[in-house]
Amino acid sequence: MSKSVIKVEHLSKAYQIGQIGTGTLSRDLERLWVTKVRGKEDPFLRIGEVNDRSVKGESDIVWSLRDVNFEIEQGDAVGIIGKNGAGKSTLLKLLSRVTAPTSGQIKIKGRIASLLEVGTGFHPELSGRENIYLNGAILGMRKKEITRKLDEIIAFSGVERYIDTPVKRYSSGMYVRLAFAVAAHLESEVLIFDEVLAVGDAEFQRKCLGKMGDISKGEGRTVLFVSHNMAAVKSLCNKGIVLENGSVKFNGGAEQAVAYYLGGGGAQTMNKVVFDKKFQTPVFSLHEMSVRNLEKTVNEPIAEDLPIELSTEITFHESDADRYHLTFHLYNELGEPLFSFHHTEESAKIQSGRNQIVCRFPAHFFQSGNFNLALFVVRDKRKSIFSERDILTFTVVDGQREMGVFMGREPGYIKPRFEWQINGK
Amino acid sequence: MDNEQRDQWDLVIKGHRSLFEINLRDLWRYRDLLLMFVKRDFVSFYKQTILGPLWFFIQPIFTTLVFTFVFGNLAQMGTDGLPHILFYLSGITAWNYFAECLTKTSTVFKDNTNIFGKVYFPRLIMPLSIVVSNLVRFGVQFLLLVAMMVYFGINGANFEVTSAVLFLPVILLTMALLGLGIGLIITAMTTKYKDLTFLVTFGVQLLMYGTTVIYPLSEAKTKFKDYAWLIELNPMTGIIEAFRFCLLGRGEFTLSSFGYSVLVTVVILALGTVIFNKTEKNFVDTI
Repeated sequence: MSKSVIKVEHLSKAYQIGQIGTGTLSRDLERLWVTKVRGKEDPFLRIGEVNDRSVKGESDIVWSLRDVNFEIEQGDAVGIIGKNGAGKSTLLKLLSRVTAPTSGQIKIKGRIASLLEVGTGFHPELSGRENIYLNGAILGMRKKEITRKLDEIIAFSGVERYIDTPVKRYSSGMYVRLAFAVAAHLESEVLIFDEVLAVGDAEFQRKCLGKMGDISKGEGRTVLFVSHNMAAVKSLCNKGIVLENGSVKFNGGAEQAVAYYLGGGGAQTMNKVVFDKKFQTPVFSLHEMSVRNLEKTVNEPIAEDLPIELSTEITFHESDADRYHLTFHLYNELGEPLFSFHHTEESAKIQSGRNQIVCRFPAHFFQSGNFNLALFVVRDKRKSIFSERDILTFTVVDGQREMGVFMGREPGYIKPRFEWQINGK
Repeated sequence: MDNEQRDQWDLVIKGHRSLFEINLRDLWRYRDLLLMFVKRDFVSFYKQTILGPLWFFIQPIFTTLVFTFVFGNLAQMGTDGLPHILFYLSGITAWNYFAECLTKTSTVFKDNTNIFGKVYFPRLIMPLSIVVSNLVRFGVQFLLLVAMMVYFGINGANFEVTSAVLFLPVILLTMALLGLGIGLIITAMTTKYKDLTFLVTFGVQLLMYGTTVIYPLSEAKTKFKDYAWLIELNPMTGIIEAFRFCLLGRGEFTLSSFGYSVLVTVVILALGTVIFNKTEKNFVDTI
């Protein structure tokens, strides 16, 4: 029989969006009257809807999680993945008891410790040593437990020399090291990590991820890891749960979960954005941007083995519109810049009025993964008059490959095809 | 079988809890944290100050001097025959403890959104730590009061310390719990209705004038016969009067007046705990 340590049953969480505070007293009274006196269902929850932030909703109650069920077994390292707004953070908050569910329940065996952030409660005036005690106690450690592990924690953090200096004098790197060191020495049976933990320099990042690996694989403790970093999920976790719009879309092995997630999960992707009034300036109005495979619709997943088209619809109000051109910066899912690209004036000049500006990438250019675009509107090749990061996010999935060839993911984010020449001698 | 299955779980997180469910075992388990918070408050209070813990004395000394000048000399208010300094200092020391407990706990949710939003620990630890760290502060200020009593005693001032002084811990406890209770109610309400925060800052100040800090109850009864009941209705009056009676032998310390204060404290504390408990589960979403 498998031993489950966490059991989530019909878990739901509703949030009120929009203004909180105006008119709440009358509404609270109405709510109290309906639920407590007449014993009916809360009228403000009944009209709630799925949390899809791209669609404007009817009510101001949104279900961040709706009827979520899963079990986690002892010793599993589970990666929880999903797009922003899928409900990952809410699930974490509920698991770590920061906020309570609207309905449903979570059952847990053993102690649970969650690290939504390192260094919670650090006081700048206190020394590193004092903060170890304070932070440890906040995370649920007893004083003698901390005393017993103090040397180990200090050694792990690598800030021995400054341990009796107030932490306000620490560099941000030292601060994070110390904070993570405390967290890594918690003795709970279940540990929840948020990916924001993996900050700091590369060496420390490796140390953190290594420690997480030790905790789950070496010590047999149960770990929940929330991340956007698919590589980290694949290497650290053996199970994966994909959340989408507040419900579990996939629950299984980590590899499969990542594949499911990157494959778009069959759900609608964000490959097209229509802009309303937000991006209207005296010079131009931005209408829409989309990424799609050539001769396919924006609703289909973008495959890397077909040419890809980036299309921007924009109206320029000035008569000398050819002074302007668009520059794009491409970022990977970690927010690291990959490269920038723009149209040269010779090949494509912007006209006054409405333009459709299309950039075509050859097939097999991108690797599968998530990409973010930043848009700049530049005047006279000198001055950027508009810039917006993350203006469009798109996901590229693996295309068809013949059986028998390498199925894994090569390193990097693009794989341009160059001209090769092999001369037999 | 079903029962057995249920017993295996150490923790069940649910949306609804019964009204009076306070997990005392959980609270006890986190007692180290409480002490850590107290230490933090104390140490961070005087770090990087020149006078350090001396600051604990400065506020009551100056307030006492000003009160002695304004109310004792200018307004010629009676002090039950006590030396002015002793009368005001005793009132201020006790009132400060109550006021600090109240105002500090009344912003617990607001001040700790950051910690509360990231980590779980029994939320009650925070207000309790405030009460305890203010007790430390009170203790320091109390030493000042004792020093003054010794000084005036040597100079033959007219007051007497009786065996009633043994009752002091009970008075302190009542005072702390009353401040805590009101603070809990206010902090819970302010997560949704912020208006109350404004009320607290000047409300506490005004309430002091409705309490027998700067005048004795006997004086209020003779000078404003018709309104003295209002002052007696204030549960802090019974406490301050009892405090003075135990230390200096002056004031009205009757079973009915102090018993009334205790009763009000118990009711308010119970109410505060219930409201606080109900709020703590979800306040992160609304604040």
